[in-house]
Amino acid sequence: MHELVNIFIKSIFIDNMIFAYFLGMCSYLAVSKTVKTSVGMGFAVIFVLGITIPINYLLENYVLKQGALTWLGDSFADVDLSFLSFIMFIAVIASMVQLVEMIVEKISPALYGSLGIFLPLIAVNCAILGGSLFMQERAYNSIVEATVFGLGSGIGWFLAIVAIAAIREKIRYSHVPGPLRGLGITFIITGLMGIAFMSFMGIKL
Amino acid sequence: MSEKKESLFSKKNRKLLKDPLNDNNPVTTQVLGICSALAITVQLKPAIVMALSVLVVLSVANVVVSLMRNLIPSRIRIIVQLVVIATLVILVDQVLKAFVYDVSKELSVFVGLIITNCIIMGRLEAFALGNKPWKSFLDGLGNAFGYGWILIAVAFFRELLGAGTLFGYPVLEKLGLYEMGYENNGMMILPPMALVTVGIIIWIQRMKNRDLIES
Repeated sequence: MHELVNIFIKSIFIDNMIFAYFLGMCSYLAVSKTVKTSVGMGFAVIFVLGITIPINYLLENYVLKQGALTWLGDSFADVDLSFLSFIMFIAVIASMVQLVEMIVEKISPALYGSLGIFLPLIAVNCAILGGSLFMQERAYNSIVEATVFGLGSGIGWFLAIVAIAAIREKIRYSHVPGPLRGLGITFIITGLMGIAFMSFMGIKL
Repeated sequence: MSEKKESLFSKKNRKLLKDPLNDNNPVTTQVLGICSALAITVQLKPAIVMALSVLVVLSVANVVVSLMRNLIPSRIRIIVQLVVIATLVILVDQVLKAFVYDVSKELSVFVGLIITNCIIMGRLEAFALGNKPWKSFLDGLGNAFGYGWILIAVAFFRELLGAGTLFGYPVLEKLGLYEMGYENNGMMILPPMALVTVGIIIWIQRMKNRDLIES
């Protein structure tokens, strides 16, 4: 339990997807013009990360990793398919996104209305594939840990995009030097927010 | 082939190659491929390796998709593009692991993230699907160079100011700056400063070309 809380806090604040690894910057910059749309995008990312990371965890540990195919028989014990992981992960992500989109559309049209347009964008959001690749690199011990990591990263991303959207809404009324307007100032603000987030570094529960 | 075949480096084709370097830069103007542009720019060497990897993947993917452009049904084009890109990235990743293992370790997940680098997807969607292979190749090269020079510029300043080295060679120490009381700015190595550096590059670029300023 202790370990889980630790992973959760760490993935939200310390290893924040945006501020520490710059993952998902493209949609972060494109969708953060208003708070409303950024909340939708943020939820979609939490959702998809929470689903794809556990699935990719299973894939990694029962199909791709060296020796992962042992359950098929001893002759498979030294098969190493890890070079296939990129293509498998991206296929899982693309198909899960499609599936989630269809399910949400069927079950809750209201949610689809607010989330729907963001879902296709997510298939090529680096935060999602990045999450799976970090999961692979850090080799979590159980599927629960991997899921907690996925949800935590999603929430971290959500926090970052909502915060920048709120700042961008306010900044519209300020006098920003012409050449910095829009993209430039967003970069610099994100940098400053990243410095603020660095104060969380070293926290361990 | 038509009679009036365009020369390989006609004015239009040169424009394809040149535009993305400055006015239509993928990173600072089209806002694509930021993720990796920032994360691996602490030192010059990984930045150059990354720029080359993107160059290979982008130009080859552009040609392949352009060759297949009349065969791909538009409904499933995204997944076809992803498969093309992912295959190329796996090749690049294996080559890096075989020949420059230490850099490959340093780049860690970011080699894999070339797959979701929006520059590649963006160029395939916007250009390769509607143009002939040679043009697509030039467009791929141009955009990859545009991406690469930003990457190298950011890495240059971060390594020089943050660690006082270039390619690991202690430039500032040899210049004797430390004896005069100069200290490295450790801040430049930290992730947030990459954002600020790119912000400043955008600032300078838009100051020179005022048409790019957002209203």
